[in-house]
Amino acid sequence: MMKVIETTTIKTPYLKLNRRQQTIISIILSASFLLMIILGGIFSSNEKIQTYLEMRNLSPSLQHIFGTDWLGRDMFVRTLKGLTLSLGVGMLASASSVIIAVVLGMAAATMGRKVDTFISWLVDLFLSVPHLVALILIAFALGGGIRGVVLGVTLTHWPSLTRVIRAEVMQLRSSEFVEISRQFGKSSWWIATRHILPHLVPQFFVGLVLLFPHAVLHEAAITFLGFGLSPHQPAIGIILSESMRYLSTGMWWLAFFPGLSLLVMVRAFDILGENLCTLMDPYRGHE
Amino acid sequence: MSLAAPLKKEKKKLIKPKQIEVQKIMKPVKDIKKLQATIEVQDLSVSFIQYTKGLQQKDLKVISSLNIDIHPGEILAVVGSSGSGKSLLAHAILGILPSNATVTGKITYKGEPLTSKRQEKLRGKEIALVPQSVNYLDPLMRVGKQVRTAVKDGDPIKAQREVFSRYYLKPEVENLFPFQLSGGMARRVLVSTAVVSGAQLIIADEPTPGLDTASVKEALKCFRELADHGAAVMLISHDIETALKIADRIAVFYAGTTVEVAPVEDFKGKGEGLRHPYSKALWGALPQNDFMPIAGFQPLPSALPPGCLFEPRCSMVTPDCSKAQPEARTLRNGMVRCIHAT
Amino acid sequence: MLLKGENIGFRYGKGPWVLKERDITVESGEIVGIMGPSGCGKTTLGRILAGYEKPHEGRVILNEAPLPKKGYNPVQLVFQHPEKAVNGRWHMKDTLNEGWEPNDEVLEALGIEKAWLKRWPNELSGGELQRFCVARALGLQTRFLVADEMTTMLDAITQAQIWHVVLDVAKKQDIGIIVVSHEKHLINRLCDRVIDLSPVKVS
Repeated sequence: MMKVIETTTIKTPYLKLNRRQQTIISIILSASFLLMIILGGIFSSNEKIQTYLEMRNLSPSLQHIFGTDWLGRDMFVRTLKGLTLSLGVGMLASASSVIIAVVLGMAAATMGRKVDTFISWLVDLFLSVPHLVALILIAFALGGGIRGVVLGVTLTHWPSLTRVIRAEVMQLRSSEFVEISRQFGKSSWWIATRHILPHLVPQFFVGLVLLFPHAVLHEAAITFLGFGLSPHQPAIGIILSESMRYLSTGMWWLAFFPGLSLLVMVRAFDILGENLCTLMDPYRGHE
Repeated sequence: MSLAAPLKKEKKKLIKPKQIEVQKIMKPVKDIKKLQATIEVQDLSVSFIQYTKGLQQKDLKVISSLNIDIHPGEILAVVGSSGSGKSLLAHAILGILPSNATVTGKITYKGEPLTSKRQEKLRGKEIALVPQSVNYLDPLMRVGKQVRTAVKDGDPIKAQREVFSRYYLKPEVENLFPFQLSGGMARRVLVSTAVVSGAQLIIADEPTPGLDTASVKEALKCFRELADHGAAVMLISHDIETALKIADRIAVFYAGTTVEVAPVEDFKGKGEGLRHPYSKALWGALPQNDFMPIAGFQPLPSALPPGCLFEPRCSMVTPDCSKAQPEARTLRNGMVRCIHAT
Repeated sequence: MLLKGENIGFRYGKGPWVLKERDITVESGEIVGIMGPSGCGKTTLGRILAGYEKPHEGRVILNEAPLPKKGYNPVQLVFQHPEKAVNGRWHMKDTLNEGWEPNDEVLEALGIEKAWLKRWPNELSGGELQRFCVARALGLQTRFLVADEMTTMLDAITQAQIWHVVLDVAKKQDIGIIVVSHEKHLINRLCDRVIDLSPVKVS
């Protein structure tokens, strides 16, 4: 007589994997994809991206799966190197801005009114200057190059996340378990590191995941404008901007593959962050 | 299961709920029984997927072979401790369980199976939830307007004013924001929302904790009136006292199943009229009775005993108790799951 | 030992006075109930006595001295909602041992299973969590316990279970208890003395 009711809640997991296995497989797949890009970018030889004028403008084939450009350089290797560079710059910049945001957000919420006012003022100041302008100014002042780009992107991307973290910490500080902890005589430092920091882990990852594409795209943008990486470095931004000139001649592969790979890489990063978050969260760990 | 089956044939011949006249009888238990149940839950089980260690997965049964039914004009109080599955039952009826839940068993609404499609269609219209607190109201919308948006047909403003006057809410109240309401007023606003939607089944999830005696009375009166107008009301509470004030029947939950369903009159004196040892213990533990606890704790879903779920704490335990979970059986105008109950 | 609130006045922001000229005295080992309708300031009074809130007027005195600002507070408070009173990202063992390390005897009396210690709070029910909160608050240095609607969310059996343990430990360690509740029967059953907080008259 038992009859299974049809409800929205029942979903047969594909491939008969349970959700945690799915999560872990997603993590492994996306992480190894990113790793492959990095390793590929580092270890692929520079030989293929030398100028071979006799192999100019080849459309994608087995030998050159992404085709070649107007100087006969293999687009696959260029894209790989470009992605590695973008990944590095993006990771470095987004990680450092998230760290700045966590430190300042915690400080604003825990170190008294004066610090809070100052940090809020700083956030407003940075938010009031248009992103790209500040970015260009900072990168230009530092003389361009990787250092300029990373610092520029870092310094322009922390403010909004700082606000989010400040609000979160404020709320945690007034929660009952923190109040109780204080009555046990625990110090502010102890409470900040033991009670509050673990709750910021999701913010940390979400911040990282959200800032990463920003960082990569801004890197590409200022490189495109000529204030970023030098044209000799095979950054995705440079590849794309160069390709624009050749698009009208029908060489679609010059922009298509690098653009698509950038998209796929950002998405892989996104999946990685999302799944790590799920795995670490006791509230969602069983979903 | 065995309880519900014989009753069912009888019900089919009977009148449809639509034809019920508005009655002002306080507890028309006997008439109610003859009508078709508004909601009938048979052999319901809900389990969650959990991970024990690493990648090992386990099905945690949080509700097992649970039966209840509520008839039009009746208030059924669902009483049990936290973790006994009261709220999950409500969520299962409304179809709002989280995605790692699996549901088996049979839920029928007005005689027809309640599928997820139907749940979605009826939710908020014919089946309404009265939530625990004002936090469920939109904080930026005046309460009058919020109640009006729930009106299904007819003039929303008229319907809202009528329901407000019925629940002794002054006309000014419709222009207030949720934060300006007192606890008791907020509760009446929440009930009003359920009323104007014309819901036939109202599920109230812990509607009283945190309210003082006067507000509790107010809130409970609202539910009684709803039932007297022909709705079926399921009142979820951990507090027997609240339930006793208005319910017609009380279903006692323990560790995810119904151990007893008893008419409210049986909860009196030393609890001699009660059927299950757990209900007796619950009754005896009230501060106005003996205030005597029993040892132990409600088993966690991950470690349910093989036989009767109450066996480890029961004073009447015999070897037969651990053999199998007792079948639900009808006893003295109620239901019980205990082989020793008389 | 004596916990004393003298001439206590309190209000939120510039709002009306929630408490005004309120005196309260509780001795060690004594069980005092605070009753009253919602919004009469009984929770606020409990919070002030436990040092969670500073009174705007008057003072709280424990044994001839103000409440200690640092270190373990001898006046502990147990809240109504245990889900909010434990850190959701801590295992139960860490929560239990935050203030002191309760011995097995206390755990057993409260019916806390060893297996629960390894669990996350969201895997336990409210009744089970509240047992942890009670054990956590009954440290050896605790002299007074404020129970703010401590068992309102729990079923009758768990309520009786927890209170029996609390009364036991209180007797052993000579702890004074302040029971904040609107449940008349519970207060009548537990308390030696009841303070009714009727609405404050503002002159």
